[in-house]
Amino acid sequence: MADAKTPYIGRAMKRVEDPRLVKGLATYTDDLRLPGTLHAVILRSPHAHARVRRIDTAAARALPGVVAVFTGADVNDACGVVPCAAEIPNLKAPKHTVLAGDRVYFVGHAVAVAVATNPYIARDALDLIEVDYDPLPAVVDPEKALADASPLTHPDLGTNIAYTQSVAGGSDIDDAFRRADRVIKHRLYHQRLTPMPIEPRAVVALHNAGEGTLTIWSSTQIPHLLRTLLPGMIGIPENKLRIVAPEVGGGFGAKLNVYAEEALCGHLATRLNAPVKWVESRRENAAATIHGRDQIGEYEVAVKNDGTILGLKSRTVADLGSYCQLLTPAIPTLTGLVLTGCYRIPAVKIDVVGVYTNKMSTDAYRGAGRPEATYLIERLMDVVARETGVDRTEIRLKHFPSPNEFPFPTSCGLTYDSGNYQGALAKARQLANWDQLMKQRAEARAAGRLFGVGVSTYVEICAMGPSSAMPAGGWEWGAVRMEISAKVTVITGVSPHGQGQETSFAQIAADRLGVPIEDVVVLHGDTNVAHYGRDTYGSRGTAVGGSAIVLSIDKIIAKAKTLAAHMLETTSDHVEFSNGVFRSPGVTNREIGWPELAGAAYIAKNLPAGLEPGLEASSFFEPSNFTFPFGTHICAVEVDRDTGIVSIKKYVAVDDCGPQINPLLVEGQVQGGIAHSIGQALFEQTVYDENGQLLTGEFMDYALPRATDIPEYVLGHTVTPSPVNPLGVKGVGEAGTIGATPAIANAVLDALEPLGITHLDLPLTPEKVWTAINTHTAATV
Amino acid sequence: MAIPVRLRVNNASREHSIEPRVLLVHYLRDLCGLTGTHVGCETGICGACTVLVDGKAVKSCTMFAVQADGAEVTTIEGLGNGQLHPMQQGFWDRHGLQCGYCTPGMIMAAVHLVATGAAGSREQIAHGLRGNLCRCTGYSHIIDAVQQGAAAAAGTAAAAHHSAQEVVRG
Repeated sequence: MADAKTPYIGRAMKRVEDPRLVKGLATYTDDLRLPGTLHAVILRSPHAHARVRRIDTAAARALPGVVAVFTGADVNDACGVVPCAAEIPNLKAPKHTVLAGDRVYFVGHAVAVAVATNPYIARDALDLIEVDYDPLPAVVDPEKALADASPLTHPDLGTNIAYTQSVAGGSDIDDAFRRADRVIKHRLYHQRLTPMPIEPRAVVALHNAGEGTLTIWSSTQIPHLLRTLLPGMIGIPENKLRIVAPEVGGGFGAKLNVYAEEALCGHLATRLNAPVKWVESRRENAAATIHGRDQIGEYEVAVKNDGTILGLKSRTVADLGSYCQLLTPAIPTLTGLVLTGCYRIPAVKIDVVGVYTNKMSTDAYRGAGRPEATYLIERLMDVVARETGVDRTEIRLKHFPSPNEFPFPTSCGLTYDSGNYQGALAKARQLANWDQLMKQRAEARAAGRLFGVGVSTYVEICAMGPSSAMPAGGWEWGAVRMEISAKVTVITGVSPHGQGQETSFAQIAADRLGVPIEDVVVLHGDTNVAHYGRDTYGSRGTAVGGSAIVLSIDKIIAKAKTLAAHMLETTSDHVEFSNGVFRSPGVTNREIGWPELAGAAYIAKNLPAGLEPGLEASSFFEPSNFTFPFGTHICAVEVDRDTGIVSIKKYVAVDDCGPQINPLLVEGQVQGGIAHSIGQALFEQTVYDENGQLLTGEFMDYALPRATDIPEYVLGHTVTPSPVNPLGVKGVGEAGTIGATPAIANAVLDALEPLGITHLDLPLTPEKVWTAINTHTAATV
Repeated sequence: MAIPVRLRVNNASREHSIEPRVLLVHYLRDLCGLTGTHVGCETGICGACTVLVDGKAVKSCTMFAVQADGAEVTTIEGLGNGQLHPMQQGFWDRHGLQCGYCTPGMIMAAVHLVATGAAGSREQIAHGLRGNLCRCTGYSHIIDAVQQGAAAAAGTAAAAHHSAQEVVRG
């Protein structure tokens, strides 16, 4: 008799993924060793914009060990066009070939590929390729790019403007601004960032000439989207293409893309009839893997003297870089969707201009549009509070919808699923010991020290998403098989790459099926195993992918009840299932566990009429809405007057992602996400000089946070289930990155307020802060 | 051009004839088949390629294999002698990894840190790991992991604090 067991869900389970990873036995793409592998290395443009007059590959081809050297003229016709899936009306987009044609459009643009028997020789070959470039004026500043006299990134488009979008939502915006006591204007720059997963991208392609099949291993977040989109590039039928995302060393959106190299390696493997491997160098990763953010925003807020916000106008100039990658033009529009944050702002007007420049494409980097929105609205709330003299906590509370107003429609056109923003704020203030922090600040200020406290109350759009709102399906697929041995195989269409869903999905399956967690194996990332899926991005894995697993398990249990009823000589409505055991109280004392039932299902000698053998089910889960996780982050900093160095003294995060399947994994996601924000707020910026030369092309120049840059966190949570999926979960992969940046920025500006400094753009580097301190100190002396 | 190199890797003798320009990390990965040591930057910044050379933590992308001639090299695969080394156990117990790519280098650096007595406080550990980048964890759990690994090495193991599967946290 099985008693009610402690459920696995909700427990801080150690990850089943980890033993192979800590032993160095995991297989990342570069770890694959296929016999006869050829190594591809790519020659990239050193110029931001240039005409390619001539490419001479003769010397490179003559090098012993070199198998082939190809330019765009050799491969572009066979490799099609790198796709953009964003649905933007009237988008003007250049044709994006896998290698450059007669022009290069950014530093890092792929110009030629050398293939050799070992990677050292392939690199030698690159040095022997002669390219005759004729440099052209580069478009670098997206605002100057709008001027009529500006050079053009793509002359054949006749403009640098990729698209404009203008939408208004809620009540009448002009009326809101007419009724305002004052209009507060603010300009913010969301600097360009480089995602920098520690594993660069890598691709291995294997063509099977006999079968006519192609297998591509890629360090990607989206094996299934690749399988959908690569056939359109290289012409192979979808059902002859297998994509494998093996162990993937971090993504953060950088690997949520279809890249030229994936098509190119597939083509080369077929053309040369040998396995082809390409491994990105860090310099290539910095230059030719997508960047994020890079939006310039001008904002106007219509306010009453009591701090009531009547309306918000936003005008964004988004630097798209030179090409539309998979979602490039859509990212700035995501910012507009959640512009009002967790506040009731009755009227909005949102204008976006997407601009081409001679830089790498921007696209979805952790948060993708929502960090920009959260940073701007949270900075604006502080600015409005300061200018109207209303306390910054009060002004936030004043505009929160109450918990019973959910589902809450926003003027940006979304319906927030559930929330209790007051609860998260109160808990964060309590954990931060707010009054004590204020006292600390007063004492510091009295002593002439620069101590500040920042608050950010955020909401994000996650669990992407309902198919109606996504370019190519927002559902997720999952399958569960109760094996004949009563072991459980879970197959998911999401593609975890560090999130830990081999563990959390096993927790879900073990609880729901009533089996030991050791009996569950979770498979993912191979399109021959996980037949369908929409992969991992937008904090969707557990909310959407986990829900597909739940649906499949429920189908198996329903079928198993029919079989159990047959075995218990009753009807299925008299069968109860709990903790892995089928019973029919009042009918019989006999109990059937999974081993007996699974055996009966597969051996199939005594099945009820019409019941198919086996115990396997698959499901497509379609969410009815996005989810909207939320929370409050509070940060206290001290700024060193002499050096401009910002030290984080306290960091409190209260995040509500609904019920937590595994609190340990949630904690890891939140802490990791905050680290990205610490990077954005204090250190990181992708820099191109005035000629479009990339200055942050290595870890030496691009400052990722290090272990010493991280404060001790105080983490808390509230639990507000989402009504849009059966687990009630909301997603947590991006929360830290969305919530933390404005908390840190607000804290630093609070610290600097006594000096009269009201605004600094990120990152708040020592040099920038020191300069501001000295400028303002000099001005006020 | 190829010159002979003899060294011991994870307690096994290795002898190859290699080009002098071959980096130690490529030697380990491609000639020894030990792919647990990862390449993250090839500029000595990220530390994903950290191994022990004669007991010292070395970024194997900044060293030629021929420079390791005669040396004793330990990689992540050779750390535990078939079992989990206490530092590997610490990373597992404390959720000190997510994607796992930086992890082998991080663990090797941490082992060296403990061996040199430089893993006393959280601040010391953070300072000692400044040469190893992680983009997933935000480092806090890594420092927890190294503390546990250090305690285990010192015989004051905190491992009893944990059940086999679940982390019990106070």
